[in-house]
Amino acid sequence: MSDLTAHATSRGRSATTTPDGAASPRGMSGTRGLTRRRSRTPITWVRRGGLSTLVFMLPLLIAFGFFSWWPILRSVMMSLQRTNFVGAAEWIGWTNFINVFNDPLLATAVWNTTQYTLVSVLIGFPVPILLAIFIGELRRSRPVASVLVYLPVIIPPVVAVLLWKQFYAPDANGLFNQVLGWFGAGPLGWINDVDLVIPAIIVQATWAGFGGTTIIYLAALRSVQTELYEAAEMDGAKIWRRFWHITLPQMRGVMLIMLLLQLIGVFQIFAEPYIMTGGGPANRSVSVLMLIYRYAFIQGDYGKATALSLLLALALCLLSALYLWATRRWSQT
Amino acid sequence: MTTTSTFRARRRADAAAFASERSILSVHDRKQPGVRVGLTLLSILVVGTLVLISAGPLLWLFKSAVSSTQDILREPFGLWPSGIQWGNLYDAWTRIEFGKYLGNTVWIAVGSWFFGLLVATTGGYALSVLRPRYGKVVSALVLATLFIPGVISLVSLYLTVLDVPLVGVNLLNTFWAVWLPSAANAFNVLIMRRMFDALPHELFEAAKIDGAGPFRIFAFLVLPMSTPIIGVVSLLTIVQAWKEFLWPLLVLPDADKQPLSVALPRLQETAETSLMMAGMFISVIIPVALFLLFQKQFLRGAGQAGALKG
Repeated sequence: MSDLTAHATSRGRSATTTPDGAASPRGMSGTRGLTRRRSRTPITWVRRGGLSTLVFMLPLLIAFGFFSWWPILRSVMMSLQRTNFVGAAEWIGWTNFINVFNDPLLATAVWNTTQYTLVSVLIGFPVPILLAIFIGELRRSRPVASVLVYLPVIIPPVVAVLLWKQFYAPDANGLFNQVLGWFGAGPLGWINDVDLVIPAIIVQATWAGFGGTTIIYLAALRSVQTELYEAAEMDGAKIWRRFWHITLPQMRGVMLIMLLLQLIGVFQIFAEPYIMTGGGPANRSVSVLMLIYRYAFIQGDYGKATALSLLLALALCLLSALYLWATRRWSQT
Repeated sequence: MTTTSTFRARRRADAAAFASERSILSVHDRKQPGVRVGLTLLSILVVGTLVLISAGPLLWLFKSAVSSTQDILREPFGLWPSGIQWGNLYDAWTRIEFGKYLGNTVWIAVGSWFFGLLVATTGGYALSVLRPRYGKVVSALVLATLFIPGVISLVSLYLTVLDVPLVGVNLLNTFWAVWLPSAANAFNVLIMRRMFDALPHELFEAAKIDGAGPFRIFAFLVLPMSTPIIGVVSLLTIVQAWKEFLWPLLVLPDADKQPLSVALPRLQETAETSLMMAGMFISVIIPVALFLLFQKQFLRGAGQAGALKG
């Protein structure tokens, strides 16, 4: 009987409706279901619409089966294998992981990625919050400000990176160096400078991304409960205290989510250093994802590349678990 | 007399609008002279900075697109010291074949949109309305991929594209290599399913009684009833496909197949700077024009994206 009800609810939602769509008394549907359960043949499956359901499911099954589920499974296997495309893949245990950890570049890449993350949080996290709060106070100029804020997001990322590469031109005629020249400061090497390359890349990445985050914060500001402001005013709270005690606490949830999304993004930074510097100078801008790219598509060591991508994925998984926990928690408050 | 009263009425209406949509500052605050001056200064500062930071680089690109290479490199702030070079745009289009790369980008975006929507709508329909026994398992598997970062399968996906299992085809240098993997988007499928779940299912039952099969219910009831979400998903997939860099770089080594995002970094090694700028201008002009035309939709979509992520 439990099988029956499960069947009825899974097809139709209401227990009095048979799979064929005809409304019928409960008892009748019961007998029909019983006879059907006895003869579960492919023909009855087709007649009940199983085939057409499968036709609808097919695009999803093909797309995910071939290009999502199978590659994920294969990754886990490949990280423990040596693939040379001549013979069958050979199981080699943890060797790929050991090779990854023995690569002196790994420490560089991890350290660089940590620095990317730190600089990005330092610059990229507060800017959109402040900007959204300022724009939120504007009245007549708000539409203009919103459009201007979002403009860099529209520019294709590769174009933005190439444009900034031009701005960072290290000679005295470079755009940024000319600006420095107005203040009497010397020409800087920017992306050719070992100490400046990571901040320079992050400034570009922040420029490309701050608009989207600002718009999300602006939308979040609208949902701040305005009665609280009024209540605080009654109690004599000045502008600064209203901001500190009402606006910020109510934005906490969105802020945490945006921070985690930003972290997940920076952990996988690739296009910016790849196009701007190719990882140089002296491997100072090599990120973890660039290392994976090098292992796989330059050295042709697919096992090693997969092992490192599994490790990176693990770190990202931890972050997204945190993200999920945060959204669950903050969406309730 | 009448002018002052209409003026006052307008002031009152403005004040009402402010009150209904208040922020940290109250209506009372806004009347204080100090706050007023501060706000005006803030407004000038914010808009001024944004013009410089957001629009500045874009305007510089437009200027450089019609400048000579010499001018771009020597005098980045000069306004065409050696004249405007309209020929750059023509040369970029013909000599470096930017038209071809633009065409590839559009074709990739269109295909990704089509297959992404095909998988999301049919899959969402099967999972939400048809509900086969195995539906729960499929749902769980789709949901699982949402939490597994894409990096994990970068290499194995590449090898899969080189030799698709069971079929044995090599998709390298075909647009299928971009279209099909992008169609396996768990976010789109799940959001579509959630939207279909919210539709009135009694209507589908009624249509079934009237003899409509699952295909007709899908095409004439489910799809028309969910156009808004299909629009949002369309916008997201097209923008995503337009931006993609790493994946097309891997699977489209043939220059004739590459989209702008892959071709531009390759070309900058050899092409003249002025032609590069003209080419970058060409690749920026369509998205910027679309944005300026549909700014409200874009901004609302961006705000909603936050709500969806949350």
